[in-house]
Amino acid sequence: MNPQESAAAPEAPVAEDPIKAQNAQVLALLHRLFGEATFTDVHEPYGLLTVTTTREKIHEIVAGLQQDQELKFHFLTTMCGINYPENEGKELGMIYHLHSMTKNIRLRLKIFFPIADPVVPTMTDLYNTANWMEREAYDFFGIIFTGHPNLIRILNVEDMDYHPMRREYPVEDGTREDKTDLFFGR
Amino acid sequence: MAVNDALAGTHKIQEEAAAQRPGQLMPILNDFSQELTTLNLGPTHPATHGIFQNILQMDGERIVSGVPTIGYIHRAFEKLAERKPFYQITTLTDRMNYCSSPINNLGWHMTVEKLLGVTVPKRAQYIRVIMMELARIADHLICNSILGVDTGAFTGFLYVFQEREKIYEIYEEVCGARLTTNMGRVGGMERDLSPAALDKLRAWLKSFPAVMKEFENMFNRNRIFMDRVVNVGPISAEKALSYGFTGPNLRAAGVDYDVRAMNPYSSYEDFEFDIPVGTNGDTYDRFIVRNEEIWQSLRIINQAVDKLPDGPYHADAPHYYLPTKPEVYKNMEALIYHFKIVMGEIDAPVGEVYHSVEGGNGELGFYLISDGGRTPYRLHFRRPCFIYYQAYPEMAVGTTLSDAIVILSSMNVIAGELDA
Repeated sequence: MNPQESAAAPEAPVAEDPIKAQNAQVLALLHRLFGEATFTDVHEPYGLLTVTTTREKIHEIVAGLQQDQELKFHFLTTMCGINYPENEGKELGMIYHLHSMTKNIRLRLKIFFPIADPVVPTMTDLYNTANWMEREAYDFFGIIFTGHPNLIRILNVEDMDYHPMRREYPVEDGTREDKTDLFFGR
Repeated sequence: MAVNDALAGTHKIQEEAAAQRPGQLMPILNDFSQELTTLNLGPTHPATHGIFQNILQMDGERIVSGVPTIGYIHRAFEKLAERKPFYQITTLTDRMNYCSSPINNLGWHMTVEKLLGVTVPKRAQYIRVIMMELARIADHLICNSILGVDTGAFTGFLYVFQEREKIYEIYEEVCGARLTTNMGRVGGMERDLSPAALDKLRAWLKSFPAVMKEFENMFNRNRIFMDRVVNVGPISAEKALSYGFTGPNLRAAGVDYDVRAMNPYSSYEDFEFDIPVGTNGDTYDRFIVRNEEIWQSLRIINQAVDKLPDGPYHADAPHYYLPTKPEVYKNMEALIYHFKIVMGEIDAPVGEVYHSVEGGNGELGFYLISDGGRTPYRLHFRRPCFIYYQAYPEMAVGTTLSDAIVILSSMNVIAGELDA
C-alpha cells in the first residue's frame, strides 16, 4: 500500500447507496428552496454533503433549513473560519456544519469572501450557540459578523492587534536561527 | 413563596433591560447599578474547578446578570496543529478534556484513519471501546462526586476517587501513562491488552458495582442533596438544542441524542446499551443521567471483555503505523518506515473529514482539512463545553450564588477543553 492508493481507497465506502441517496435528497431540497444557481462546488467528501454558496445567501439558507419541516436541520454543530491566502478575492471563509437529528443527516456549508471586506451576517438570531462560535471566528480570523450582539475577542487578550489564525502569522518566530535544520528545513 | 417573589422580581428587571437593548443576550443593567453588588467569581476559586471567571451582578444573594470571561489557559491548539504531523497532535488532544483523555486520543486517531482510509481490526476496536468507556466512567465519577462536594458531601468524593485511581492503573497497563495518556496510534493500539491489564480490568469490574451502589445510596434519594439540586438550573430541550448542548446535559433535558448510537464508530453497534434521558434538564437530572450512564458503560465494558476477539491489535498500514523495535533493528524497510513516520515525511491524502465521538461531556468533533502535506491545513475541534458553557449565565440568573456553583459543577465544564 502506498499513499496514492490509500488516497483512492476512502472513495469506496462513499459509494454506498443510503448515504448517496440521502445526500441527493438534501441537495434536491436545497435546489428547490433556494435555486440551483445558489450552490457551487457540490461534492461529498467521506459521505458528508458539502456545498459552497455566497455570503449574501447564507443567512437565508440556514434559516430556511432550520424551518424546513421535512429535514429539520435544527442543530448547528459547529462553525469555523478558514484562510486561503492564495485564493485572490476569496481569502477568508466560514464553514458551517448543520445536523438534522431526526433524520441523522449532516450538511456542510461554505462561504468565501475577500480578506479586505470580511463582513458576513450573524447567525445569533437563529441559534444561541452561534454567539461564541462567531466571537471565536472574529478573534482568530478577524471576520466581522453584522448584527452580532457582542462581537469582542473571546480566547485571546483584548488588546491583541492581529488575528492569529490567519496564515500570514507563522507559529514560530521567523527570525529565529537556532532551530534551522539544513537537512529537513524546519 | 418568598423565593418565587424574588424570582419574579429579577425576571422583571431582566425583561425591562432586554426591552431597552433588544438582541442583547446579557442585559446590562445601568439603571439599577447603584443597588447591585459586583462580584468576581473566579478566575481562581476553589469552587469553580478550573480557571474561569464570571463577573456577577448580585442583588443581595440573588444573581441578576453574569458575564463569563474565558481563555485563561488558551494554548492555541488549532494553530499548533497546523505545524505538527498527525501523530504529534495526539498529545494536544490529551490536554483538552483531561478527565477523559483516552476518548480524545482515540477520537483523533479515528478521524485520521477516516482520512487515510485505514480499517482497524476488530480486536483494536474492542480495546478502544473498553478504554473509552473506562474514561467515560472516570469522567462522570469526577463530575458527580465533585457535585457532591459542592453541596457539602465530601465522603462520596473520596470514596469514588479510589475507583478512579484503579481506572488510571488500568490506563497505565495499557499505555504507560495516567492523566495525559497519548493512548493508541493511528491504525490501532500501540500494544496489545496485556494479561496484567485484563486481570486488573476483571478485578475492577467485579468490585466497582458495589461501590457505585453505595455512592448512589448516598445521593440519589438523599433529602438534603435533593433539596439542593432538584429544579436548580433547569433548561428546556428546545433551549438546550439552540445552545448546542450535547452529551449528558442534552440528554438530561430529554433529547436522546448520543453519537455512539446515532453514528456508531469503533464497533459500538455490536454492543447493547440504553441511553438514559431526563425530563426537565435540571441539576438533579444531569446527576442521575450521569450515574445511569456509568452503569451503561459498565454494561458495554462487560460485553466487550466477554466478546474480545483474537487477532492483531493494529492495522497493516506500514506507512502510518510504527514497526516494532526489533524489526527496525533488523529490517531495512522497517527502518525506512520508522524514519519516515517519526520525521513526519509521509504525506496524507487531500480531503476534508468531520468525525465526532461521544466525549465525556458531549459530542467531541474533529474537523480536519488536509491539503496533502504532512500536517493538517486546518484542524478545528468541536469542543462540547466551549459550546454549551455560553448558556451558563442564562441558567444562573435568578438563582442564588450557592446554586450557581452547583449548576456550574453539574455542567461538567473542563477548563482545558473550554479554552483549547
